[in-house]
Amino acid sequence: MSKKLKALIIGPGNIGTDLLMKMQRSKWIEPVWMVGIDESSEGLKRARDMGIKTCATGVDGVLPHIEEDDIRIAFDATSAYVHAENSRKLNALGVIMIDLTPAAIGPFCVPPVNLQAHTQELALNVNMVTCGGQATIPMVAAVSQIQAVSYGEIIATVSSRSAGPGTRLNIDEFTRTTACAIESVGGAAQGKAIIVINPAEPPLIMRDTVHCLTESEPDQAAITQSVLDMIENVQQYVPGYRLKNGPVFDGNRVSIFLEVEGLGDFLPKYSGNLDIMTAAGLKTAETFALEAHAGNIQLPVRQSGVLT
Amino acid sequence: MNLSNKNVTLHDMSLRDGMHAKRHQISLDQMVSVASALDDAGMPMIEVTHGDGLGGASVNYGFPAHSDEEYLQAVIPKMKQARVSALLLPGIGTVDHLRMAKDCGVSSIRVATHCTEADVAEQHIGLSARLGMDTVGFLMMAHMISAEQLLEQAKLMVSYGANCIYCTDSAGYMLPDEVRKKISILRESLSTDIEVGFHGHHNMGMAIANSLEAIDAGASRIDGSVAGLGAGAGNTPLEILVAVLDRMQAIHNINLYKIMELSFNKSC
Repeated sequence: MSKKLKALIIGPGNIGTDLLMKMQRSKWIEPVWMVGIDESSEGLKRARDMGIKTCATGVDGVLPHIEEDDIRIAFDATSAYVHAENSRKLNALGVIMIDLTPAAIGPFCVPPVNLQAHTQELALNVNMVTCGGQATIPMVAAVSQIQAVSYGEIIATVSSRSAGPGTRLNIDEFTRTTACAIESVGGAAQGKAIIVINPAEPPLIMRDTVHCLTESEPDQAAITQSVLDMIENVQQYVPGYRLKNGPVFDGNRVSIFLEVEGLGDFLPKYSGNLDIMTAAGLKTAETFALEAHAGNIQLPVRQSGVLT
Repeated sequence: MNLSNKNVTLHDMSLRDGMHAKRHQISLDQMVSVASALDDAGMPMIEVTHGDGLGGASVNYGFPAHSDEEYLQAVIPKMKQARVSALLLPGIGTVDHLRMAKDCGVSSIRVATHCTEADVAEQHIGLSARLGMDTVGFLMMAHMISAEQLLEQAKLMVSYGANCIYCTDSAGYMLPDEVRKKISILRESLSTDIEVGFHGHHNMGMAIANSLEAIDAGASRIDGSVAGLGAGAGNTPLEILVAVLDRMQAIHNINLYKIMELSFNKSC
């Protein structure tokens, strides 16, 4: 039996396509299906050209093939509006759902902070927060692991070209979801998120600023080491994740300045914001596969299509 | 230029844009006293929030002396005729802040985006319009794009529900010719029930001249600030604009001597 877990991607847009390209290099995940809703879409055509089975009738169209193709992982790169239904249908067939939409019906997952906990309890739906959250919450956690953070604030700056219509239409989802995860995953008592969409040409690489206010005087040496260690953890799946400056200490304020360069798979390298989402999503799936292969978790048992 | 008998609605920024100059530290007493004096002078609209709008309180933009809610709740009950507006920048503030502002009695929401990014404002403009509020689309740094591109973004904001569009010279970079071109294209291309506004800054000392040009080209709302208190080099100084509008016999309903006195007292 192959150690790879078979996967499907819902949503053949920028994220879905970038994810597919990264997945084709994965040792642990094998892309099998790309699901869309428009037969003539560029995204489905690209997937077919890459040798992937496609379905243009939404998730319903692929349900009959889940068992025969032994699909274990699904990535939803559609919208918050349809995610809940997609997740319910696929979970019922024992497919683990990795949610790249702002729906957040499952627990937030930021791989270097809490992925291990989700794999151990075999969460059937995990949400990847937001691009800004993936880029910054590891840093908030790096500080809060050393000492209590009363307030965590992040400012994500992304190029105008890399902010798609979904992000723009739901910009409040970005600020709300990110702020919420700064608290629940990052460990800050209060979270605040700001997004700046910058139209400069040529497009800027994603930049992120993280400010943490610690309850007591920051232990500079311990926090600096924790931040550097966390940077390395993120770099394992996002090689272009870099500390540009900091941590800078000013009273109880700890400031960290980051840059996220993408791999340039489907979107140009400045789109680190999209890369860090797809890379984190794939890392999450790979960890499920690795744990299942090692026998640490038992994937849902399949009998006649419906789990009991 | 003949502005005789032209109607113009002036909008004071000193308690919002002026927050930048005061590092967001204006006290509640100062807010109420300035707003009351503006109200008494006949100022029809007054903006009150953090300098970066609702939800601006942050390490990045500065923590204010009081929350937006506290400022609004202190000022609004004291107003006899002035309407209070709040600024909202999508990406910083959310529709939750918008609802809070409405509950505090704010009747005008100004949704501000960079001049090329109007499509981040759909949620906020839409909700404000549905709540029946005066809803303004506020296109910032408007010097960076052509008049035609500005119009394209303005049309997006109108399609979301804005009843007024501002050409905002955030950096005080525009010269009168450019103001005329941009205000004219907005006025000529948007339907007549959509108001057009101009927000000037005084970096090149052109804010008064630019505001007059805007009124002549069809703008019916003009932003300014008593004593010019505002970000960077300051906003269009309102007491001077009022004096010039008096000389030109434009209609604005503001008492020149009262606003001069406020400006004098505030500067001391």
